[in-house]
Amino acid sequence: MSETVLEVENLTVDIPIASGMLHPVRGISFSVQKGETLCIVGESGCGKSLTSLAMMGLLPKTAQRRTDKLLFRGEEIGDLPERQMSKLRGGAMSMIFQEPMTSLNPAYTIGDQLMEAFRRHVTRDRAVARDRAVYLLEKVGISSAASRLSQYPHQLSGGLRQRVMIAMALMCEPELIIADEPTTALDVTIQAQILHLLAELQDEFDMGLILITHDLGVVARIADKVQVMYAGRTVEEGPVNAIFEEPAHPYTQGLLRCIPVPGKTKRGERLGSVPGIVPNLVGDLEGCMFRNRCPHATAECDTAGEQLAKLSSGDHAHACIRSLADRAAIDASSTKAAE
Amino acid sequence: MKDAEIIAPALETDNVSCVFNVSQGFMKGTKPLRAINGVSLQVPKGEVVGLVGESGCGKSTLANVLLGLQAPTTGDVRYSGTSAAGFSRKDVARRIQPIFQDPYSSLNPTKTIRSIVSQPLRIHNVGDPSEWDAKVDEMLDIVGLPSRSANNYPSQMSGGQRQRVAIARALIMRPEIVICDEPTSALDVSVQSQILNLLQDLKDELGLTYLLISHNLAVVEHLADRVAVMYLGRIVEEGPADKVFANPRHPYTKALLESVLTPDPKLGVPETHLGAVFPNPIDPPSGCSFHPRCVACMDICKSKAPRPISSEGHMAECHLMEGDAQ
Ligand SMILES: Nc1ncnc2c1ncn2[C@@H]1O[C@H](COP(=O)(O)OP(=O)(O)OP(=O)(O)O)[C@@H](O)[C@H]1O
Ligand SMILES: Nc1ncnc2c1ncn2[C@@H]1O[C@H](COP(=O)(O)OP(=O)(O)OP(=O)(O)O)[C@@H](O)[C@H]1O
Ligand SMILES: [Mg+2]
Ligand SMILES: [Mg+2]
Repeated sequence: MSETVLEVENLTVDIPIASGMLHPVRGISFSVQKGETLCIVGESGCGKSLTSLAMMGLLPKTAQRRTDKLLFRGEEIGDLPERQMSKLRGGAMSMIFQEPMTSLNPAYTIGDQLMEAFRRHVTRDRAVARDRAVYLLEKVGISSAASRLSQYPHQLSGGLRQRVMIAMALMCEPELIIADEPTTALDVTIQAQILHLLAELQDEFDMGLILITHDLGVVARIADKVQVMYAGRTVEEGPVNAIFEEPAHPYTQGLLRCIPVPGKTKRGERLGSVPGIVPNLVGDLEGCMFRNRCPHATAECDTAGEQLAKLSSGDHAHACIRSLADRAAIDASSTKAAE
Repeated sequence: MKDAEIIAPALETDNVSCVFNVSQGFMKGTKPLRAINGVSLQVPKGEVVGLVGESGCGKSTLANVLLGLQAPTTGDVRYSGTSAAGFSRKDVARRIQPIFQDPYSSLNPTKTIRSIVSQPLRIHNVGDPSEWDAKVDEMLDIVGLPSRSANNYPSQMSGGQRQRVAIARALIMRPEIVICDEPTSALDVSVQSQILNLLQDLKDELGLTYLLISHNLAVVEHLADRVAVMYLGRIVEEGPADKVFANPRHPYTKALLESVLTPDPKLGVPETHLGAVFPNPIDPPSGCSFHPRCVACMDICKSKAPRPISSEGHMAECHLMEGDAQ
């Protein structure tokens, strides 16, 4: 029987800025089961990192969070005091941050930083903590791990720093890992090894994994389900096969045309793109936020079209007022009109 | 002399090595770490050379050497055939601009985007200061940022937005050579495709030369004319991109290409067959430094370092190439 590790319902983040109220996350819902991998993809700036920081209680001070539900292992954690949140964070729920340099403290050795949470949560015993740190550094592919413990973050390459972050997140055998771009700075062979390691730990500890990434190759290969975000909303969600084989939202369809695929795209050929830029999410917002970039947009989209609607096949849903068939019909008639 | 200048590569290293002394812990002294070890690389004018390889193999260190930010311990760097020793910092900066891997630490958090993007113009005092604002707006537009973001600070922007800022800053000088260290790894794929299309356009329009460091082999395959594969401080394979991708010669290159994840949900994550013996640059393996992880390792590989062997402009450093195998 599957058990839900994390359930989020209607998560909203607002940040007051000089020009008004910014709405970077506007009603996101999802859940992760034990042993399950949820991948979140979407345009840079669409609110992926803020969504994960919101779940961890790590939003910037000025940000305001609202949720209908934020359940970890079935218990509401939305109103936990910071002291208890911080206990959860180092232990049962851990995060691999997008920016290794800002989350590693330049003034401490990586050994101290690796052992800190473990000694706080698991055991004060320095030797045990040290053994676990060395074990995990080796697991993430860092050679002569013992001698790396005394190095400082600036002495490591980008990829080594990122692997230190991954090892740090695994120190206390978490039940949920939120990983924000964990493998972007790594070469593909190490990426493959780390993805195997995460899968292995998932099997062993039934760990839930939320992975935020731009790499659609990684998503295709490891996700159970996928959530596509745009401008602070979920525009499409579903099982991984459905997303890659029958992408439904115009944004998802555009994304899949953007990537060079060896053997498919020609060298030097122009890649597909999603022209236009993300709308300003300040102040009152109305209508579908993707409409200024959508090839299918009509006047109706100015007022409607952001609710997720199920597609015929079970868990697959998209946020567009028109069905795939309707869009095809509209496009066909507009090409006729143009001729 | 003129002729030499025409055929000389835009950028060239001749047997460059770079050694760091790394502390071994409290009271344990230091040991040398050979981050790059005898690298000779040529970047022909107007071409894109892709540089790929394991994390920590020395790619960024090589980039820093090329940018004049890090002095090589031995060896020589040449710009269009002239030794870099003859160039001032400023000369180098006007010729070569970097786009760095980490958009978080490479932007000054206390400066506005306008100030960050216009910084190279100010430092090198280029053109009329009254035109700087217009140049910044134009650059922001090119990299797909709204002009209102000029007054923002880096902390108010997402990772991808910051990388666009870094690209705008590099290109505002209209340099001849751009060293891109993971230029798109923080970007979502829709911005990545715009930036790759943009880099391609600028290359054609301005005759730019790129050294493109990336872990994304699909991106390298898409853009690069030539590819160099680095392993533990050395270039172990180098050649025309189509040849290297279609016919990799070095076992490490093969493993690398096999690990590429194409977006196919029917496939899982491939096994790398590289084993868990990760190389340590402080204490590199004997013989061929790749031998402890190599599926095709022979006896000779443990004792003797292979020499570079070229045919048809395609080089690999591997005993399999030498006929030493028999
Ligand atoms: N502290 C802040 N103050 C004001 N705006 C912010 C702040 N942090 C983030 N934002 C804005 O909120 C939006 C969402 O940011 P977020 O970092 O969640 O994006 P993201 O989806 O993780 O992007 P990327 O893929 O580039 O990392 C962006 O437009 C960003 O500029
Ligand atoms: N200032 C330094 N002091 C000591 N060692 C260093 C220093 N800078 C780099 N190194 C070491 O040199 C080696 C090469 O580092 P470099 O950053 O060039 O790797 P890279 O190929 O760019 O890796 P990545 O793909 O992870 O960015 C690494 O082992 C790193 O730890
Ligand atoms: Mg982010
Ligand atoms: Mg690097």
